[in-house]
Amino acid sequence: MDKKIGVYICTGCGIGEALDVDQLSTVATSECNAALCKNHSSLCSPEGVKLIKDDIAGEGVNTLIIAACSQRVMYDVFDFEGTILDRVNFREQIVWTHPPKDEDTQMMAEDYLRMSGARMKATEPPEPFKPEQEMARDILVVGGGVTGMTAALEAAKAGYNAVLVEQAQELGGFQKNVSQNVVFPFKDVQDNEIEKLAAAVTNNDKIKVFTGSKIEKLSGGPCLFNATIKQNGSTSDHRIGAVVLAAGWKPYDPEKLDKSLGYGVSPNVVTNVQFEERAKAGKISRPSDDRALKTVAFIQCAGQRDPNHLAYCSSICCFTALKQAIQVKRQDPDTNVFVFYQEMRTPGQGEDFFRKAQSEGVIFVRTQAPEVLATESKVAVEAFDELLGEKILLDDVDLVVLATGMVPATSFGEDYKAKKATEEPPKKEEMVASVDSIFVSDILNLEYRQGPELPELKYGFPDSHFICFPYESRRTGIYPAGPVRRPMGVSSAIEDGTGAAMKAIQCVELTSQGMAVHPRAGDMSYPEFFLQRCTQCKRCTEECPFGAINEDEKGNPLPQPTRCRRCGVCMGACPERIISFKNYSVAMIGDMVKAINVPEEYDEKPRILVFCCENDAYPTIDMAGLRKMNYNAWVRIIPLRCLGSLNLVWIADSLSKGIDGIMLFGCRHGDNYQCHFVKGSELANIRLSKVKETLDRLALESDRVRFEEISITDYEKVPGILDEFAEKLVEIGANPYKGF
Amino acid sequence: MVDVETQSILVVGGGMTGLTAAIEAAEAGREVYLVERNPYLGGRVAQLHQYFPKLCPPYCGLEINFRRIKGNSKLHVLTMAQVESVSGQKGSWDARIKIEPRYVNEKCTACGKCAEACSMEIDNPFNYSMNKMKAAYLPHDMAFPFRYVLDPALAKSSEGQAVKDACPYGAIELDMQAKTLDIKVGAVVWATGWTPYDPKRLDTLGYGAYPNVITNVMMERLAAGNGPTNGKILRPSDAQAPKTVAFIQCAGSRDENHLPFCSSVCCMASMKQAAYVRAQYPEAKVYIFFIDIRAMDRLETFYADLKKDENVIFFKGKVAKIEQDGVTKNLVLRVEDTAAASLNRINVDMAVLATGMQPNPSIYHQPAFAQRDDYGFIAAQEVTPGFFSAGCSRSPLNVSESVQDGTAAALKAIQSVVRR
Repeated sequence: MDKKIGVYICTGCGIGEALDVDQLSTVATSECNAALCKNHSSLCSPEGVKLIKDDIAGEGVNTLIIAACSQRVMYDVFDFEGTILDRVNFREQIVWTHPPKDEDTQMMAEDYLRMSGARMKATEPPEPFKPEQEMARDILVVGGGVTGMTAALEAAKAGYNAVLVEQAQELGGFQKNVSQNVVFPFKDVQDNEIEKLAAAVTNNDKIKVFTGSKIEKLSGGPCLFNATIKQNGSTSDHRIGAVVLAAGWKPYDPEKLDKSLGYGVSPNVVTNVQFEERAKAGKISRPSDDRALKTVAFIQCAGQRDPNHLAYCSSICCFTALKQAIQVKRQDPDTNVFVFYQEMRTPGQGEDFFRKAQSEGVIFVRTQAPEVLATESKVAVEAFDELLGEKILLDDVDLVVLATGMVPATSFGEDYKAKKATEEPPKKEEMVASVDSIFVSDILNLEYRQGPELPELKYGFPDSHFICFPYESRRTGIYPAGPVRRPMGVSSAIEDGTGAAMKAIQCVELTSQGMAVHPRAGDMSYPEFFLQRCTQCKRCTEECPFGAINEDEKGNPLPQPTRCRRCGVCMGACPERIISFKNYSVAMIGDMVKAINVPEEYDEKPRILVFCCENDAYPTIDMAGLRKMNYNAWVRIIPLRCLGSLNLVWIADSLSKGIDGIMLFGCRHGDNYQCHFVKGSELANIRLSKVKETLDRLALESDRVRFEEISITDYEKVPGILDEFAEKLVEIGANPYKGF
Repeated sequence: MVDVETQSILVVGGGMTGLTAAIEAAEAGREVYLVERNPYLGGRVAQLHQYFPKLCPPYCGLEINFRRIKGNSKLHVLTMAQVESVSGQKGSWDARIKIEPRYVNEKCTACGKCAEACSMEIDNPFNYSMNKMKAAYLPHDMAFPFRYVLDPALAKSSEGQAVKDACPYGAIELDMQAKTLDIKVGAVVWATGWTPYDPKRLDTLGYGAYPNVITNVMMERLAAGNGPTNGKILRPSDAQAPKTVAFIQCAGSRDENHLPFCSSVCCMASMKQAAYVRAQYPEAKVYIFFIDIRAMDRLETFYADLKKDENVIFFKGKVAKIEQDGVTKNLVLRVEDTAAASLNRINVDMAVLATGMQPNPSIYHQPAFAQRDDYGFIAAQEVTPGFFSAGCSRSPLNVSESVQDGTAAALKAIQSVVRR
């Protein structure tokens, strides 16, 4: 596009008093290629906005540089259709944080204008990705249990077609074998209504049900997925928009339980799952001889909350035990029913159900490590009763029910990484990014370069941001729901199936317009690859946190734009710099770096460049501004979509330009990572460590580059970090490349 | 025949649940009105220092959500607004929304000149009144919308004019009146959340009488960098670092005389706060008095890790009474040790009551057809066709579960406005 640049400087909020605006105007017109530069005492006022609008209409200005407040505010005011726009943060990051009418402050403002000019010169308006094929809108639901059936049905009710794939011959999943359950608001046991749900699914003409089936292959990406479904030996292909993964769970293998729980010794020691089978069959009796039950003991947390088994709590076993205890009591009120528990976990209105069980005469024993003393003919339970403060022995127990936990279906199968490693040994590198664990669980069979299933986060659960964005996974357009992502009961699974259907629908709606999904929802830009220059190094295909890029046999990347989250990690990874967005590229940021005016060494005005995550670090620097905190004016800040999009050439560009120090502000990484793109900051840190080695080799102090983990509430810390770094640089001395 | 207008969705409550419901529906292409009583979005979550179990700041996720709002023209946010009435049926609801005067209009740039000119101080509700703030204020550093508010007392006072005159942008309107807005929507999501249970009702625990007895929500503000103590956890009586801190679980919850249900989040919240204390004061000792520790699913590992800390003592037992040493203001807890059948006296510097969630539907106005359960929750997802209850107005939920619930509610709402 032919750009006509207009620069608009707001002089309000203290900007006019702090900066020499005439001088800035000169910089704008002489160095930023601006056709015109205007200022206004309140650019965000109706008059200020009119000034800009008039220039767009009258002067043909189509590229705007608005030097005023942060891009995080007044976004709705500075919104001009059909233009490209950049915001220069004069207010929060210059005049609120630096002394007015000061040479350094002025230089900072001038640099930021130059940087914006460079950015606007390089940027182009994004054009939405439009593939040749028509975009598919159907929702694939994997798993026909409560969660999956709900997802399919709820998507259908919203007007979308669903394809439901269930491995078993019938719909229903685990709940099919459960006669009675307890659901929100947990008042009492009720008959299971799973058959009704299954019938509603079967009778809905928007849902295509495949039972006794599996996904043989899933390729493509959102709105372009192709699912190959295998049923009765024949396969069929389906074009799919987005996927709900509701593959459910498997009970923890009771054979693995500690011997002290007596499983396998006596037939009268069963698991909670085996209890359901008996309850479904009708009468619950003593397994060994079918006699009526006189004494029943439920043992909670069997192989759960135990690092040797399942480290987590399966959340529903307390409810299950209460329900089963009530079922036993209702069968015969004279049966003595004991529940041995560590902690009774019935949150919310579930507390009512705990009281219900108490009122039905169930006896609760709080204990930490009950022992089941089982022989073939006799079973007893011994436990230290914490309430009584003494050891008790429950003799002649007819039935012991062990509360075993839920294991996500995605956690079974060989570790893909280990499998790969035997096929092709990994490249020798000093420091590599953490590789995602993917278990070959034979559920989705993704035709993805990084592996066939969703990467696990922890304990085999395949989610990625479980607090704030619980449906997100590291595979775009595939939303885990139900017990496959977190142990949960029926009520929660129903909600979860509904929520995941919502996310899948939203993914279809956004993708079909060429827009990104979470967290850059609505972004139209996507990475383009200049493949002629590709050296098949595979960094982009390996490092993409979302596995968005496939590979051909030669190792060339095969980008899948609808799988892309637009974070730019691939762009940062590419040593050949062949990956660019229309409005975000290696060259563009490089030009911004080059636009910085670096004073000569004898000026004693070092320059510090900060590449920062725009999601967390940038807002926190703004907050330091709001609090009018002061920090060194040698600093120049460049926000990045994700710190993982940092390309090392920028470090080289900066150092050869004479910049004295470089800081990277990224999110916390590691197990409790806070990166919205999962491992952007981790990757940036690794890349930086490699640069440091090079710097040391070049006898250029590696202390000149530094990585800092900055969270969004670190605004009290940020000025100190910048100032301390500035002092350090003074100590090190000027960049020897200055002036070259 | 459904007209274009009624394709839109009304979400009541701008906390985690409502925020989620509104954004999810808007990103799926629906017109959404989000109505929030506070002058900012984020609800209770905005007041938290960190989330369990990752000990990460809520603003990180909120900032993303706010950015999603900024980029979406289909989502209309109304703050300082409450639903006065809602009636109708699926596909055609009439809602009357009352918008309280902010006394500050859209011209506000958040430059802060009004606050500089203002001498009147009021209790800071964001910090649960633990400190004062100017009566011309930004609700908190990351407030969205990023716009000042004038307290009605200031607007009506003689100082109002001076504050108005200090604004260079004509953003202050001292005569701003409450407005009523009538809108027609196709579906309603009710996500009005919760209020901390009134600790004064727990008369044996000394809240209100003893300054060093605080609540869990207050503890969040003490730990937060933008809180009344700039993030230092200090005893209210003398602003000293506490050496021993007690967390009293189920303060009101699981109690037939108060909140008979379990508030779900307090165990994790207290353990998280124990971690705050331990991070700030390596020598400090923490007691957690509990009935059951409810650390569900993978949250369990946070509990398991905290148990490894020798300075954190988990004490199974109920605190019967808290007393105060009149001189030192230290607290004496009388605790029943059920196992030993004895009564212990434990001295601490500070006590944190893990007060529970009083459902807002039990406090605030709501449509009469939305039946409440015995505890005041609207305990059904689909209350009546086209009207949905979600989040903590339905059941006590943590953040993740609220997002889950809000997302589900968004789809149910969309279904109600789909043209068939």
